[in-house]
Order: sequence, then C-alpha cells, then structure tokens
Amino acid sequence: MSASATAGNMPAPKAKVGSMEKQRRMALWASYIALTFFVIIFLIPPFYMIITSLKTSAEISAQAGNPWIVQNPTFDNYWELMTNAAFQRYFINSVWVTAVTVTLSMTIAILAAFSLSRMGFKGSQVLSTGVFLTYLVPPSLLFIPLFQILGWLGLINSTWALVLLFPTLAVPFCTWIMIGYFSSIPKELDEAALIDGASYPQILIQIFIPVALPGIIAATIFAFTVAWGAFLYPLAYLYSADQATLTVGIVRELIKGDVFAWGMIMAACAMAAAPPIIIYTFLMDYYIAGLTAGATKG
Amino acid sequence: MADGSTMVVGAPAATSPGPRQAGSMKQLARRRSLAALALCSPLILLIVCLKIYPTFYAVFLSMLDRKMNNFVGFDNFAFMISRPSFQLVIFQSVLFAVTAVILKAFLGFVLAHLMHNIRGRNERVWRGLLLVPWVIPLSLSTLTWWWLFDPSYSAFNWTLNMLGFEDIAFLGTVWNARLSVIAVNVWFGAPFFMIMYLAALKSVPEQLYEAASIDGATAVQRLFFITIPMMRNIILITVLYSLIVTFADFDIVRILTNGGPQDGTHLFATYAFVVGIQSGNIPRGATVSLFMFPILAALAFFVLRDVMKRNKEMA
Repeated sequence: MSASATAGNMPAPKAKVGSMEKQRRMALWASYIALTFFVIIFLIPPFYMIITSLKTSAEISAQAGNPWIVQNPTFDNYWELMTNAAFQRYFINSVWVTAVTVTLSMTIAILAAFSLSRMGFKGSQVLSTGVFLTYLVPPSLLFIPLFQILGWLGLINSTWALVLLFPTLAVPFCTWIMIGYFSSIPKELDEAALIDGASYPQILIQIFIPVALPGIIAATIFAFTVAWGAFLYPLAYLYSADQATLTVGIVRELIKGDVFAWGMIMAACAMAAAPPIIIYTFLMDYYIAGLTAGATKG
Repeated sequence: MADGSTMVVGAPAATSPGPRQAGSMKQLARRRSLAALALCSPLILLIVCLKIYPTFYAVFLSMLDRKMNNFVGFDNFAFMISRPSFQLVIFQSVLFAVTAVILKAFLGFVLAHLMHNIRGRNERVWRGLLLVPWVIPLSLSTLTWWWLFDPSYSAFNWTLNMLGFEDIAFLGTVWNARLSVIAVNVWFGAPFFMIMYLAALKSVPEQLYEAASIDGATAVQRLFFITIPMMRNIILITVLYSLIVTFADFDIVRILTNGGPQDGTHLFATYAFVVGIQSGNIPRGATVSLFMFPILAALAFFVLRDVMKRNKEMA
C-alpha cells in the first residue's frame, strides 16, 4: 500500500504534462464509475438478504410494492431466532467445531512448518510437495469413502466427525503459508539463539511465533473460513437437527415444507455471515498478504 | 489426534540438550532429524489417514457391487459412462467449470486494473466492498440467490417487469438454470481473482511502464507487452487452481437447483451426493467422484510444476 501511494504521488513525466494530467484524471473518474457499478452489482445479494430479514412474513407474501425496500422494518426475525433453541444449538455447534478446528489445525501446521522450514529430515522436501498437493484435493472428491470410514469410527451424525475432517481441509494450506513465513526469517536469528543455548521449543515459541504473527493470523483466518462455511461434510454426515452446524441448519432445517419463512431464513443467514464479515473487516490485510505472498514476489 | 500433538510437543525437549556437546555431531544430527520428523508426525498422520487412505479406499469401493459383497472390477465405471444422465453430468461439469473460470478471470482482471488505477485512494474500503461476496459463506449467499430467483417472489423479475420486460424463469429451464449457476459462481469467485491479480499488478515495476510511455507505447501495447507477460505466471496458477475448485464445486448447484431441471445442472459432486449418500449406493457414488480424479490430477500437476518453477526462480 505504501509503495502504491508513493507511485501515485510521483510527478508526471515532464513532456506533455497538461494532456497527460488530464488523461489520468479521466481514467481515474472512469475507474471510480466502473468500480461503483461493480460494487453495486456485487452487493445486491447481501443487501437483499438484510432487506428481507427486516420484513414480516405478511409483508413478503403480500407482494405489494417494491421488494427492494422495507415498508415496516422490524427486528422480530432476529429476536425470534435468538430465542429459538434450535438456532442457538446450530450456533453453538458451529462455534465449537470452528474453535477446535482452528486450534488443532494451527498446532499441527505450526509444528510441521517449523520442522520443514528449519530442521529438515530425509524426505522433508517430498513432504512439503505432498502438503501442497493435498491442498489441491477438494472435499467433494473423498466424501464418500470418508462416509464409510466415519461409519466404522461411529462418528456419523456427530460433530466430532467435523472436528476430525475439517483439519484435513485447513492444515495443508495453513502449513504452506507458515512455511513461507518461517522461511523468510533470517537463519542467523535462530543460529544465534542456538549458540546461546536455546532449545528448539524456545526458538519456536520465543522467536518464530512472534516474528511470524502476521502469517499465523492469515492461516488462522483461513482455518476459520473453512470450518465456519463448510457445507458438504456437515450435510453428508450430520442428519439430525441437534447436531447441525449453522450452514446446514439454515439450509436444511429452516426450509421445511412449502411455507418458507424467508424473513427468518434471511435473518439467520445475516447472523451466520456476521462473524466472518467482522473478522475480515479487521484482519483482511493480513489474510490478503498471506494469500498473495507468492503473487507479489514473482 | 489430540494425543499425537501433545506427544510431539514433548519430543524435541528431550533432544534439545544442545549443540555445545560437540562430542558426537552425527548422533546430534540424527536426533535433530528425528525431532523434526516427530514434529511433522501429526501432519503425516492426517494426510495418510484422511487423504491418502480414503483415496485408495474410494478406488476399492468403486469396484464393488451395490450390496458391497462382490468385486465387479470396472463395471461401475463402464455402467456410469454408458448412461446418458451421467454423460450430461460430464458435459455440465466441464461447461460450468470452464465458463465460470474464464468469466471470473476476466472480471478479476478488469477489477484489478480498476483498483490499480485508483492507486490506494481508499483502497481498503473499495477492496473490502468488492470482497464481500467472497467472505459470506457460500451456502448462505447461494440461499439468498435462490430467494432472488424465486419463481413467484423474484425481486429480479419485479425489476424486469418495472422496466417493461417479461418474467424470466431463472431456474425453470435447463439453460437458464445453467447460466444462473454459473453467474452465482462468478459472483462468488471473481473477488479472489481480483486480489490475486491486484497483488501481481502491484509487483510490476513502474519503470517498465514509464520506459514504454517514453517509447510511445499505447495502452493496448503496454497491456499485451508488459502487464500480461509480467503477470503470466500468477494468471496461470490462479486459473488452474480455480479450475480445480470450480470443477469440484458442490454448494451452489446443491442449493440452487439440486441438479434440476431434468438433471440438467448436476455436477460431479452433487451427482455423487445424490447417488452415494441420498440413494445409499456407496460404490456408484464413489465411482462418480472418482471420475473427477484424472482431470483434477492433471490440473494439480500443472499447478505444482508452475509453483515449483517459481520457487526455484525465487531462490
């Protein structure tokens, strides 16, 4: 960001200053107009989600007037959900599954990344490549054999199944991010610490983790996103309402029969989408830096 | 798994006593690599038990009959590929993935340029707004799209009527449904391309453009002879990666159309779900999923090759 800001302030080339300047201002305005257009298009669904969530079922079914505006805004849908035991259950399930997934994934990823980037062993290069390859395995490729495996373990219809499986989706990329951040720490730093008699656990906890904190934040957000938004695994493995996470709870349990309580469904979506949106609002920069680390170096 | 990780935390402590005991360097090195292996063991365990083993197990499952008693070889594959409904799944999966990725890449490229043009003026705000589709869990935003497409309450159709057009049955006919599914995927995925391409754009040295301007290059020439060659690698990796993810997509089709109308929008993943989980035909479901494997493997090979090449260049 700082780099681009200085680029923007750079004086225009000396020749044809006037016309260049004018051209640039035109391009700037055109960009703003185009961006505004795209932002409006992109925000239609979330906007409509919130609009609908503020309507009563009566207002929705009456179909009187413009659907894009609310005539009698009400928070009833939100209140009703907050006091609804089933919805509270989904929320709690999602929170606990996500919390355990993030903790487990980050522990596994940090230990492995430290080992792969600093200690090394026979075959560690192969393992690094293997980690990257497993990142490219989509969840929908293996959900059927995993269904059988979960059956043996007695984990069908248990949120423990998700705690076991979500790390398989999160760990490879988290490890990949952490290897990148750990490798960028100068070797002299840990060599000096080793000479001073520090042990590997000390080096990891007192040097690597604090220095690579931006990477840890990025990887944590990734693990959070995976666990919070996952849909296929909970849909396939959890069939009763009391085990459902938010995504499946809303899609499968709130939509029952022919009477869709769309106001309430949209309120539920908005509430379930709020935690990721809040997290991204504050920590977006770390996440994007982690994601695009490769793109900027080329 | 919890046991595994706690065990490993303890492991390196035993080997730490230190480099100062110069006595046996070899032994120390062995200890060190043993500790390194121990630190990786939860990761290895995870990959072997829940990625590699299920892959082989899927192959085994796909060779069983419906009751899972008898071995039938490749009969399931032969059966699936002879069925018109499955041929349609192959066609739709390819159509969906290729069209959606091309559109996402193009839109992402345009958005990245627009963002680059405004050069950091309120960049966080613009970027944040453009990233909203990508931040909302996909299953929830797809639900909202479904509501927007609803046959009798569609807000889009209301708007079209206001402007004097006729209703569109967004999910009512096969081709409309296919386009709607692609549109939702593009809406969701374009922001990811935007941030990748924006990062790549920012890394192109400004001097190249200045030199080109002095030499009298037009904007189109700058695009084709500087921007695209400089971004080539990241464009390629992003497209390949997105092809994998889009090809294996599940959420959008499952929620929006559940494969309909007339099974015209099923992708591999949704079809495998219907066959394997809903109808309980585990071997056939595994077979459907496995049809993705060669395509994904080929794409993964190219991603890996490019990533390795980049790593070598950077080193």
